[in-house]
Amino acid sequence: MSQPNPHAAREPEHGEHEHHIVSPLVYLVIVGALLVCTALTVVASFIEMGVFNPIVAIAIAVFKATLVVLFFMHVKYSTKLTKLTVGCGLFTFIVLIGMTLADYISRAWGRW
Amino acid sequence: MSDSPAIIHDAPEADAHRAHPAWQRHHFETVEQQADTTNFAMWLFLLTEIMFFGGLFTAYLIFRNWYYPAFVAGSHQLNIWWGTANTGVLIVSSFTMAMGVWCAETRKKNGLVLCLILTFILGLGFLGIKTIEYSEKIEKHHVPGFHYSLQSFLDPASDPKIYKEYHDKPLGRDMAVHTELYFSLYFAMTGMHALHMIIGIAILSVMIFRARAGAYTTGHVTFVENFGLYWHFVDIVWIFLFPLLYLISRHANP
Repeated sequence: MSQPNPHAAREPEHGEHEHHIVSPLVYLVIVGALLVCTALTVVASFIEMGVFNPIVAIAIAVFKATLVVLFFMHVKYSTKLTKLTVGCGLFTFIVLIGMTLADYISRAWGRW
Repeated sequence: MSDSPAIIHDAPEADAHRAHPAWQRHHFETVEQQADTTNFAMWLFLLTEIMFFGGLFTAYLIFRNWYYPAFVAGSHQLNIWWGTANTGVLIVSSFTMAMGVWCAETRKKNGLVLCLILTFILGLGFLGIKTIEYSEKIEKHHVPGFHYSLQSFLDPASDPKIYKEYHDKPLGRDMAVHTELYFSLYFAMTGMHALHMIIGIAILSVMIFRARAGAYTTGHVTFVENFGLYWHFVDIVWIFLFPLLYLISRHANP
């Protein structure tokens, strides 16, 4: 008891780590948005947009995935550690795609 | 920090063994720390899953650029409406799963059981629709292997249902053979996704019984929460598979 309690000072911080319960209303709004986005992406695929067809489709998919990660997977309400972990996953995935494509695009440079 | 001897003296003498819930393991200092740790571990597992599916997505991206006409013709064989239906089923199942987590958090046992059963049924529904799609591919000999048929690509008019919609021009034999690569990736990606669904459904079937016994509604929600993360991750994989396999090649001409 003689030693100062190293945890006592951090006690108020614990509120931040408290389990956040996401309300069903949020889930309802998100599932609605996801279904609307699905309808949108299907409609968009029927419209001739040339090079923009895949771009629009991927953009909508990224938006939908972001909604799922932030709300269904609670990342918006999670600790910094979880947020950093998700960010790392995204980063390594971009490295995977980016570096591989950089290789394939630049492989034949100067040979044509 | 828990290796510090000071911690033993943290609490008042009388309260040396602080009361904690039965599910708190002794190597964790607090329940919050335990919950954060398991959550972190689950996300690390999902990171390996991102890289696993990421490899398949990268392969698809590169081969689609190399053998573009073959991939477009292959994609035209898929039925957009089955794909859309499956996307809807999976999104709603993600919603019921999220509601299940909420029920566990607010200790609603019957609600949790209902949500898990709904998620289970929707998961089976997804696999059912996938089976219809797969059997169509089997009938047309579009499953890569010895019996693979180039008929629909060498002579698109011989496949009237698809031809009526897309009016694809015939592919040369050297390009048509690469449609087999499209279907290899199609079956690898949707098959791995379906395998994840099957594993998820198997775990769900156990969870339904445990939830009925009241296992997750006593305040210890970690298992339901982390299973939810897994289920939503599988949903996200499909959110990307759907446009890549079904949608983006609709207007492209092979």
